[in-house]
Amino acid sequence: MIRIILPPHLRTLAQIGGDVELAVEGAVTQCSILDALETRYPMLRGTIRDQVTHQRRPFLRFFACEQDLSHDPPDTPLPAAVASGAEPFIILGAIAGG
Amino acid sequence: MSRVRVLVGTHKGAFVLTSDGKREQWDVNGPFFGGWEIYHVKGSPADPDRLYASQSSGWFGQIIQRSSDGGKTWEPVGNKFAYEGVAGTHQWYDGTPHPWEFKRVWHIEPSLTDPDTVYAGAEDAALFRSTDGGQAWSELPGLRGHGTGPHWQPGAGGMCLHTIILDPSNPDRIFIAISAAGAFRSDDAGQTWNPINRGLYSKYIPNPTAEVGHCVHHIAMHPSRPGVLFMQKHWDVMRSDNAGDSWEKISGTLPTDFGFAIDVHAHEPETIYVVPIKSDTEHYPPEGKLRVYRSRTGGNEWEPLTKGLPQGDCYVNVLRDAMAVDLLDSCGIYFGTTGGQVYASSDSGDTWSPIVRDLPAVLSVEVQTLA
Repeated sequence: MIRIILPPHLRTLAQIGGDVELAVEGAVTQCSILDALETRYPMLRGTIRDQVTHQRRPFLRFFACEQDLSHDPPDTPLPAAVASGAEPFIILGAIAGG
Repeated sequence: MSRVRVLVGTHKGAFVLTSDGKREQWDVNGPFFGGWEIYHVKGSPADPDRLYASQSSGWFGQIIQRSSDGGKTWEPVGNKFAYEGVAGTHQWYDGTPHPWEFKRVWHIEPSLTDPDTVYAGAEDAALFRSTDGGQAWSELPGLRGHGTGPHWQPGAGGMCLHTIILDPSNPDRIFIAISAAGAFRSDDAGQTWNPINRGLYSKYIPNPTAEVGHCVHHIAMHPSRPGVLFMQKHWDVMRSDNAGDSWEKISGTLPTDFGFAIDVHAHEPETIYVVPIKSDTEHYPPEGKLRVYRSRTGGNEWEPLTKGLPQGDCYVNVLRDAMAVDLLDSCGIYFGTTGGQVYASSDSGDTWSPIVRDLPAVLSVEVQTLA
């Protein structure tokens, strides 16, 4: 199972108590994780990436295994530790504004 | 006995304020959607327990929330706002072409007759409609596509479609307003549109009497006289007696005619309210005195309403969607401030008192009068 950590506002929106655990079919990539996440929680569509272009929203970043993966192509395979569930895929809101 | 429900959108959540017809004691519920900007909350005239809220965030984008129990519980509905066809360009602040990009919904206007039909005014300016309770949204592209779109430009708050008025006497007639493009009218239920800005004069654009480019801040209409419109422009308070075909200035005795909010008394179609703001660079009341101005003559002659409002050291603003009226026999007037106060008057504006004093900055106020 893939583990995903969401920003608090998105956990509230999707009524999720803690981390998300998802089964992902095929290659584990940013795109496949977000596809699975939005399928289970449709209210998250558009909050992490644009619904049409799938471009990451500018004030969100993707971290895993102490790396910033935000600028990787969305179909790039994620680290094996994310695919195995040993490490979470972190969706983080930028510390900006108030 | 009648009840009143005040729907307040703020910079950090929504609040629902309720009272009986006396409007003396208030229950304050919220924040709903805490931490999110709530640009607007409005109820369906056809089903007062059906509410819609525009929830947005610079981080997470746009959410539309729907309630079927008067705001006790909410559910997120559709939030896909895609421009129809090629998005095209409008003018950027420096006059260069800039692609249309959806940012947020400023105003929600439920249908007068169907709780599942609702309109949304967007930034960048466009009009969307849902006919399934907010699940799916479609643009009414005739507005952006009617020809002048490339000349529209953003106001300081963005290029927003902030006013939607549905004509209760004619289901095909819709009025909208955009900062900074102006006012527009459709006479075929939103399929085609025409600018209705004749008589407006805006010295901050190259041609002060241009067909489009005017920074209209808000428009109000009394439902018994849908051909009479009142407008708070960037500067100037205006009225039209021919459904927007032409406008005349009615600023008259106002201390300043800059402002954002404007509304009409529920039972007196010639009684209108504005909150004068010092200037476009100083968004607070003149002399630090928070004064609502009332005209009982449809404009030009204005009186300050001050009883119960702070008359010193007050430097808040009242935004365009932050004033509303109830329908009780003694008409209630309500407005919210960027300082977090929501003021109410249960006697047509003669006296005021705060319902709440310390909310986040108020973005919008709507009122429902309930049986």
